[in-house]
Amino acid sequence: MSSINRKWIFLLVCLSLLILLPPVSQTLDESYLISSMTRVLIFAMAAISLDLIVGYGGMVSFGHAAFVGLGAYTAAILSFHINDGSPLFTMPFAYDGTNQLWAVLLVAIGVAALVATLTGMISLRTHRIHFIMITLAFAQMLYYLFISLDYYGGEDGLPMMGRNQIPLIDSGDDTSFYYFCLLVLILFIILARRLVGSHFGRVLQGCKYNEKRMQTLGFNTYRYRLTAYVIAAMGAAVAGVLLANKTEYVDPGLFSWHLSGELLVMVILGGMGSIYGAVIGAIVYLLLEQIFSAYTEHWMILLGPVLILVVIYARHGIYGYLQKLNQNA
Amino acid sequence: MPDILLSTENLCKSYAGLRANHNLNLQLLRGEIHALIGPNGAGKSTAVAQLSGELASDSGRIIFEGRDITRMAVHARARAGVSRSFQVTSVFDEMSVLDNLALAIQAHHGHSYRFWRAAKKDRFLNTQANTLADQFGLEQAHDLLAGTLAHGEKRQLEVAMTLAGNPSLLLLDEPMAGIGPGGSKKLTELLDALRGRYTVLLVEHDMDAVFALADRISVLVYGEIIATGSVDEIRRDKKVQQAYLGEVC
Repeated sequence: MSSINRKWIFLLVCLSLLILLPPVSQTLDESYLISSMTRVLIFAMAAISLDLIVGYGGMVSFGHAAFVGLGAYTAAILSFHINDGSPLFTMPFAYDGTNQLWAVLLVAIGVAALVATLTGMISLRTHRIHFIMITLAFAQMLYYLFISLDYYGGEDGLPMMGRNQIPLIDSGDDTSFYYFCLLVLILFIILARRLVGSHFGRVLQGCKYNEKRMQTLGFNTYRYRLTAYVIAAMGAAVAGVLLANKTEYVDPGLFSWHLSGELLVMVILGGMGSIYGAVIGAIVYLLLEQIFSAYTEHWMILLGPVLILVVIYARHGIYGYLQKLNQNA
Repeated sequence: MPDILLSTENLCKSYAGLRANHNLNLQLLRGEIHALIGPNGAGKSTAVAQLSGELASDSGRIIFEGRDITRMAVHARARAGVSRSFQVTSVFDEMSVLDNLALAIQAHHGHSYRFWRAAKKDRFLNTQANTLADQFGLEQAHDLLAGTLAHGEKRQLEVAMTLAGNPSLLLLDEPMAGIGPGGSKKLTELLDALRGRYTVLLVEHDMDAVFALADRISVLVYGEIIATGSVDEIRRDKKVQQAYLGEVC
């Protein structure tokens, strides 16, 4: 069997398992599994979007959670106003918010794109450690901004009165919502894989390897990197909208460096620069978190060594390790 | 009237008070191979970086094809036809030889805000990349990762990438660096085949290559050009012998 066939069989098995999860967990009477796997799927989307810039663009952002937070708050605030009856804004026209997922997604993507363009224009003038610090700083600024927004719950966060409405789907039903998230994740994987293999993707990777050379070849690397940064932010915002819908609650913690760090760990654990690695990383990280936290609330003590082992023995993450096995088989 | 492709007028550059280039006046005639030689630290690489735009000049002007490009960004100069190679090999080790060349060609072929179709299946880029690879003696290495090539082949790829997109000016910064006599001879032949089709500024320490290739030579010493002329004129020049050639010949 060729290594390409084995790869597709592996992916197909993973997909089947994910499709079969709801009926199996219902049979086993462990329906919380559906809820926690929904969370995994959403984090996988956020990790994919981060992998685009970290794994392919060499831009290590320590503030990616900011865009997850923006997406989540967009959903919560729009839903807050429609339930509250108060208009979100009155100029130039009165707007009461919305409860339609498609509209929420559109707004969230727009907000994330705008913020990413503005912050990216500044952050991307720096590189390496400075880029890490400046992205962290922007995310923390948003974190404190939302803590100070008392109208939207401040530090306590903002509950959502039910999920957004999705056409043809009963979003309130956990199983339906799970399948919807799975569908969006598959869409994410397809779009991301196309993007990294495209002309744009090749330029992005060139910028990672040797930006100076790319410039002397004739590429305006700054603009290409900024575009990638904005695309990644839009992806994270979509994940944020779904995350808010899943928990029906948002809080400023979504902007914090904890979440940014967790997303980075997922990408590195799964294997940077492969897209599939980000998905695997999200699954493994959150499953380990769940397993270890059953034993102790200091589950990080157990997770830490696992991460260290992976980084030492599988430099290209879990997916890289699987690829090596596959090629040697 | 000679056909001047690029000229510099009193181009200067200093690093923290240290003078790297002082009143550089260089004229490159269209189609010539113009060697820029000089002892280590004379400012040759600085001059190349100033022409390519990586280093901003302190004063003076650069006129290329009749346009003042002194303040033009690196990528814009490259697209206008100024292409350079590096003394330290700067190929993309993680990509195949063909992908390296295809990427270089892509830079000059429309924009790359194309997000969906696979770049690897772009027939135009692949055909052009194939031609360039074969032209530079890399026909056996199409699908090898550039990082696995022998040093001499890497230097060939480095120069081949500068030819993508049909530039009008090649700035070759020590293309022979570290490749030994055999590789050097091969690369000299490959560069000789470009004669007349491109204007080349060749920075090189390998004097055999310089004398074999150059139509004209400029000698740079301590940031100033002390002589410009044909190979014979430079060989006979007293000042040059004193300052430079005496040491190596």
